[in-house]
Amino acid sequence: MKLKGRVHKFGANVDTDAIIPARYLNISDATELAKHCMEDIAPDFLSRVEPGDVIVADSNFGCGSSREHAPLAIKAAGISCVIARSFARIFFRNAINIGLPLLECGDAVDNTSDGDVLEIDLATGAITNLTNGKNFTAKPYPEFMVGIIAAGGLIEYTKKKLAGG
Amino acid sequence: MTLAEKILAAHANRPMVSPGEFLNVKLDLVLANDITAPLAIKEFARLGVGKVFDPRKVVMVPDHFCPNKDIPSAEQAKLMREFAREQGIVYFEVGKMGIEHVLLPEQGLVLPGDMVVGADSHTCTYGALGAFATGMGSTDIAVAMATGEIWVKVPPTIKFVYHGRLKKWVGGKDLILYTIGDIGVDGALYSVMEFCGEAIDSLPMDDRFTMANMAIEAGAKAGIFAVDSKTLKYVRSRAHRPFTIYRSDGDAEYVRVIEYDVSRIEPQVAFPHLPSNVKPVSIVGEVRIDQVVIGSCTNGRLGDLRLAAKVLKGRKVNDNVRCIVIPGTQQVYLDALREGLVEIFVRAGAVVSTPTCGPCLGGYMGVLAAGERCVSTTNRNFIGRMGSPQSEVYLVNPAVAAASAVLGRIASPTEIAY
Repeated sequence: MKLKGRVHKFGANVDTDAIIPARYLNISDATELAKHCMEDIAPDFLSRVEPGDVIVADSNFGCGSSREHAPLAIKAAGISCVIARSFARIFFRNAINIGLPLLECGDAVDNTSDGDVLEIDLATGAITNLTNGKNFTAKPYPEFMVGIIAAGGLIEYTKKKLAGG
Repeated sequence: MTLAEKILAAHANRPMVSPGEFLNVKLDLVLANDITAPLAIKEFARLGVGKVFDPRKVVMVPDHFCPNKDIPSAEQAKLMREFAREQGIVYFEVGKMGIEHVLLPEQGLVLPGDMVVGADSHTCTYGALGAFATGMGSTDIAVAMATGEIWVKVPPTIKFVYHGRLKKWVGGKDLILYTIGDIGVDGALYSVMEFCGEAIDSLPMDDRFTMANMAIEAGAKAGIFAVDSKTLKYVRSRAHRPFTIYRSDGDAEYVRVIEYDVSRIEPQVAFPHLPSNVKPVSIVGEVRIDQVVIGSCTNGRLGDLRLAAKVLKGRKVNDNVRCIVIPGTQQVYLDALREGLVEIFVRAGAVVSTPTCGPCLGGYMGVLAAGERCVSTTNRNFIGRMGSPQSEVYLVNPAVAAASAVLGRIASPTEIAY
């Protein structure tokens, strides 16, 4: 699957309290959560995001709490993919489980600015910065996780497994 | 193999495992709370299995926004309560509940050698008991509740050796803050932190829980301690089922070994806005504060309250400070009451609350306004963590928190108590 979107650039250690502040965790609805995505660190984030846009961030993206509300809010805000130098482990699992694509690629982080337009091939991990013409390749997923992604998330994967498929 | 690898191998029914391998492990306990359970219950329903794999091994605790802070929280707590009743799982109602990571070990629900997952990042707290415990999101927990199994990648283990004797007023909180300050908030990313050394041998269980609790603040999958006589004393009176003790082999492979001389470590203060942003208390300078919170899954145990009371006894909370003390469970509350600690806090002019996670994550019971500074025994000081994005949180041990409450600025207990 190919994606194309404008970049919203963030630094290192973007934590889950920044992605979705805990004061909104009394709701579970993704569309409602999306209204507050990044509001404490980038108050104009939501007004700038167009469907299909991409977050590019430095290391340890999604550190902190286990709240699945974080990837849910990002996805419902219209973000199609998050590229980072590295991800916090619980956030990584959560995003894969709910079907928010993540790519680990330090080169892309180093050679991408806020507002650049990226084209991403999720199947191959190929990333092209259409603004400066540079190409990058993301770290491939472990084979085991490809199965979860191919099934459409952990619930579908488990359902197939439970059915003996 | 390391202690962590042995637990994973045993639960995957494999003679041996190595870092990087993917395993399906059987679970001894699955946990969710009032903010993560509603999503897990929704995903569980999509699996179509009807019943949880074993109701005695699924626990739900209404601790984050309970007693209910507002109508949406009440709805979430209600959804969880109804699911718990319908499934017959282990559930602690308000009045019997406590902060989950203080409560579960106290109730003997987690034991050495266990494999535990919880929809809360601080599930890693149980590593203090020699268990492999890690936080996951609601969808993983839904699958865990349905099947009693979950996939994990075997993490590499980093060994942390703490040599020497601790200074007065220095405890587990200072050791873990110092360690995170050294390795950074992603210094143990995807890894297990194994804590050992003579300073760890002498550390009380409450301090070990504090250290394991904050392993996630270095990005770790788990923090773990070997079982010793202190662990056994703690679990023997609580266990209702047999358990297995695993130990790291003499030739176990560690990805890194990091050693510290604790005799040089002072009480630590983590400045905004990362737990790694630490300074020794002696060099913090004049930092005026508005609020102090003593409690949480990090420092809400009896030992923590005793330390705070030792400093607050016969003294008054500064007129410019609100001091909020939160015992971690009803049992901790009762013990603190019997020992006279609650009276010390109330006479000092502090609030003593029912157990809740409330203020730690800016939920309620102590939310900060713009420009306010809070000294807290909790685990995170991210932007907006305890309220306004223009507020600040400083992480400390309970004795430093109490001394700061008295002096109205970040202070060492040595300034007022001996």
